Amino acid sequence: MALAVVERRVDNPVEQPSVERPVVYNTSGCNLWYGDHHALKNINLEMREKEVTAIIGPSGCGKSTYIKTLNRMIDLVPNVRTSGTIEYRGRDIFSKEFRVEELRTRVGMVFQKPNPFPKSIFENVAFSLRIHGIKNKKLVHERVEKSLRQAAIWDEVKDRLHENAYGLSGGQQQRLCIARSLALEPDVLLMDEPTSALDPVSTLKVEELVHELKEKYSIIIVTHNMQQAARISDKTAFFLNGEVVEYDTTDKIFNRPSDSRTEDYISGRFG
Amino acid sequence: MKTNETEKSSIQSMLDKKYRDGRAGRGEKIIPVLLFLMAAVSVATTIGIVLTLIIETFSFFKQIPITEFFTETEWYPFSETQATYGILPLIVGTLKITLIAGVTAIPIGLAVAIYLSEYASRRVTKVMKPVLEVLAGVPTIVYGFFALTFVTPLIRSLFPSVEMFNAISPGIVVGIMIIPTVVSLSVDALSSVPTAVRQGSLALGATKWETTWRVAIPAALSGIIASIVLALSRAIGETMIVSIAAGSTPTASLELTSSLQTMTSYIVQVTGGDAGYGTTIYYSIYAVGFTLFLFTLFMNMLAQRISKRFREAY
Repeated sequence: MALAVVERRVDNPVEQPSVERPVVYNTSGCNLWYGDHHALKNINLEMREKEVTAIIGPSGCGKSTYIKTLNRMIDLVPNVRTSGTIEYRGRDIFSKEFRVEELRTRVGMVFQKPNPFPKSIFENVAFSLRIHGIKNKKLVHERVEKSLRQAAIWDEVKDRLHENAYGLSGGQQQRLCIARSLALEPDVLLMDEPTSALDPVSTLKVEELVHELKEKYSIIIVTHNMQQAARISDKTAFFLNGEVVEYDTTDKIFNRPSDSRTEDYISGRFG
Repeated sequence: MKTNETEKSSIQSMLDKKYRDGRAGRGEKIIPVLLFLMAAVSVATTIGIVLTLIIETFSFFKQIPITEFFTETEWYPFSETQATYGILPLIVGTLKITLIAGVTAIPIGLAVAIYLSEYASRRVTKVMKPVLEVLAGVPTIVYGFFALTFVTPLIRSLFPSVEMFNAISPGIVVGIMIIPTVVSLSVDALSSVPTAVRQGSLALGATKWETTWRVAIPAALSGIIASIVLALSRAIGETMIVSIAAGSTPTASLELTSSLQTMTSYIVQVTGGDAGYGTTIYYSIYAVGFTLFLFTLFMNMLAQRISKRFREAY
């Protein structure tokens, strides 16, 4: 099964016309409650292939909750209820037929704080391949190297692949985590404030990386940094109090927002 | 100058008083001295015990050559005609009990630890943890007669060839006794693995068990091993259970179904009044005690070394 994941990408043409790319995620009428707290309210969003979609909004607006719902990491929080549908490539992610593990092999995730495994650099990236039964040594080595190259960290770690990942700097750890999430050649990459724990230089590196990765992956990135969203994304969704206030091209959101609350937020009047 | 002082707030003038009369901070110098004395008492006691052990062990080796102690394979101190002092049977007895205890406690303890730290809901943990703490609080004498009056008859009803005193029953019960040690230290080790690391694994499509087995357990491994070593060290030093249920027949045989004697239960037998002060038998308990001390010291140091490595992980 895992090999199928690897092969599937080969069939995907790398270049596609820029308008009306296929839909990757279709969210309609999605609500989410933490116990009694209504955290996501009637979310309707369409995200397209090989685009960078930024999700912005003030703290507690539900942006992190939403991105964690997309690969169902939200299931780990006790007392969560959802309604509505989220379709990944036309498949309902909440349906029983769609195993959550499969969803997470198609959709990788990078977390707020770098969370490498206490294993070697190599084993960090090889982990998902091993878990999913890829035993071919050559293939594993190829995938590890390619993922580390894609995450722009290969040159820094190629001589110390068998050292513990905890010896890397925070920025390197985060790029290692990006490499780790690329090892299975996923379709989508979810990034939950991936630079919030990083210094400016590392942040810049990750941003450049996002720019390169969108050639091959659909990226959904949560950020509290509006300049970052403006710099790296094609589309931007502005969340406020659990609702999507506005969702449009990044250019429009930042230059000609149609909702006054969006304008207030991006011009720094609150948040 | 004078006007300045009257202008000071009343709290400031109180502070002035406090710092001018020279009493401030006087206690600060005495406190570390007192604390050091307390620490010194406990260190001195430990040194005293070890010294006594060593001195009396030397008195024993003046009477019995050290070579006999370590090479002789029989332990017959009470023989009227020819007493032999070969520690081997007591060590074998101790290790048999420890082995059975380990075989009992390690799988159960680890399973419980994994369940509690990775799977159990908060409600279940709330019930199970206190129960385990009760298990740790049961006096060993109670475990002892539990072994003799419940476990032994149970085993004998299933396997009639097992003798009244044997290694299996006290071994299992010592194992039950050390389960809480394995569990609580292993749970600590597992829960110190950051949740974020587990999430990293789950987000790659690993199942819960794959995450537990391939991320959480390897990350906590040194803590888990340390917990096992420490628990086995307790099993080696366990006295009451083996005194009651294992018998008092020193034997180097590896047979598990018959009576045996451990280092600890020999000491109990002698101190229970079987030998007078100053006799060779009297001194022999120091030699046995010292051997036992070396065993547990080694195990504890091993556990400490391993768990130190584990602390460096994050």
